[in-house]
Amino acid sequence: MVTHRPLGLALDHIDHGYTIGGTFTPVLDDISLTIAPGEFVALLGPSGCGKSTLLRLVAGLEPPRAGTIRAEGAPITGPGPDRIVMFQDPTLYPWRTVRGNVALGHDIAGRKDPESVDAAIELVGLKGFERAWPHQLSGGMAQRAALARALVNDPRVLILDEPLGKLDSLTRLTMQTELHRLWRDRGFTALMVTHDVEEALLLATRVVVFSPRPARIIGDLTIDLPPHRHRDDPRLLHLRKDILVQLGHSADW
Amino acid sequence: MTAPDATGRRLLPWAAGPAWFLAALVTWRWPDADDFPATNPLAALFLAVGLALLAAAALRRLSARAPWAIALGLGFTAWEIAQAKLLWLPRPFFGTPQDLLDVFLTDWKKLGDSLLHSLGLLAVGYGIGAGLGVAIGVGLGRSPHFRYWVRPLIRLVGPLPPVALLPLAFVLVPSGRLASEALLALAAGFPTTILTWSGVAAVDPAFYDVARTMGARTRFLVLRVALPAAMPQIFVGLFMGLGVSFATLVVAEMLGVKSGLGFYMQWAQGWAAYPNMYAALLVMSLMCTGLVTLLFKIRDRVLAWQKDGLKW
Repeated sequence: MVTHRPLGLALDHIDHGYTIGGTFTPVLDDISLTIAPGEFVALLGPSGCGKSTLLRLVAGLEPPRAGTIRAEGAPITGPGPDRIVMFQDPTLYPWRTVRGNVALGHDIAGRKDPESVDAAIELVGLKGFERAWPHQLSGGMAQRAALARALVNDPRVLILDEPLGKLDSLTRLTMQTELHRLWRDRGFTALMVTHDVEEALLLATRVVVFSPRPARIIGDLTIDLPPHRHRDDPRLLHLRKDILVQLGHSADW
Repeated sequence: MTAPDATGRRLLPWAAGPAWFLAALVTWRWPDADDFPATNPLAALFLAVGLALLAAAALRRLSARAPWAIALGLGFTAWEIAQAKLLWLPRPFFGTPQDLLDVFLTDWKKLGDSLLHSLGLLAVGYGIGAGLGVAIGVGLGRSPHFRYWVRPLIRLVGPLPPVALLPLAFVLVPSGRLASEALLALAAGFPTTILTWSGVAAVDPAFYDVARTMGARTRFLVLRVALPAAMPQIFVGLFMGLGVSFATLVVAEMLGVKSGLGFYMQWAQGWAAYPNMYAALLVMSLMCTGLVTLLFKIRDRVLAWQKDGLKW
């Protein structure tokens, strides 16, 4: 069931923006980024800077205004099940049960594979809730269901758009650990937007720091820490300080 | 404090049967004020209902409906006394229970036939209207091109009461039946179209993004995302359309179609056969409420995922 074939991505001089009410607002400014297969890259930046837009482009939901995005050398022209997005909101379909939601990717592909659906539900700890409706789930459970819905497609890139942003802090800690475990076990490439510096440092092998809008890359750090990290690790605290300085906070904050 | 209350609740079902026995007794023993038909069959019917209610009480199947069963028994008794025995209200405009029963006993064939004709007309017209309404509503909600051409037409024709087109339809379309079906379709179609459109337009764009990242094409996005997401609104439209369809059906049958419950009522009025009119009204009311119930049953099934409390 698990394919260890993570996807490498190459973003080449990406520009993007939106025209709202007749005026053009630039959102992404000359973004170039190469992501090796299997990396866990955290995109860090002030909220509203355009990180989520970048994820939409990588997912293929929109084409960039300029520049190209390649996956294993082939340009991305549209969405595909090898690049699955997990959004900030669970966006479960209220008319499908947990099971139906997790099986969404299979339904779209016209594939029947109930075992993999069950396995994904069990993996995120929702066994026993297969027949629950989304409105019966807590925020954390709904986000777990959304994670299972993503994993069942066996994505080669998991695109995470602040998926833990709205969870309470305890659920968030648990989910961070689980995401990290899944990434190590399954070996997909992970691309995660967050504005939580600690979260980025705990999970990622590399942190890319963005400026306020229009987003430019102002920092690119390789996090050379062991896979099992502790929040109190002095090296982590040190990196955190560096990044906060890059984000414009003074060093003596 | 709850003890007398609980005793009352336990004894109440046993009062339903006797209430109907009272109606039977009054009907049977108290002489009629005039020569009414079917007095004895009516007494027998009341007796049978009373026995059935006693059986239900014994089987403990009556608790929640007991007050209604008692009220109905007493109500029939009162009606029987007021009209059949004392003749308080002028005939023939106000009938007796036995008049009504007599219509069902003697004219059931024609009534049943009228009911079937009405149902047939309604099924075809409403079915076509509902189907077209959903399809056009999805088109309006999803495609700007479709919206450009169709929206002005909907705005022009939709708000027009379908009965306003009746005289024209009967002249233009050779068959009255076909004309009525077209107008019923219009009646059902307009609310369904608007509410489907509104439902589809309100679908969270993130729902489409989720499916699209997994490779969904337009067909899936329309049939498996937009339609189920819009279903709560669609059912509001279907319900409203059903109401307008009933109104259109009755007027169409009174004006042009030579069959159906509306036609039966028109005919009964022509012969001053008021009991027949009441009987037709009763049948029509049962038909309408039955169809609304059917729609709500389907809705409850389709929308089982909703947490709402409406109970029809």
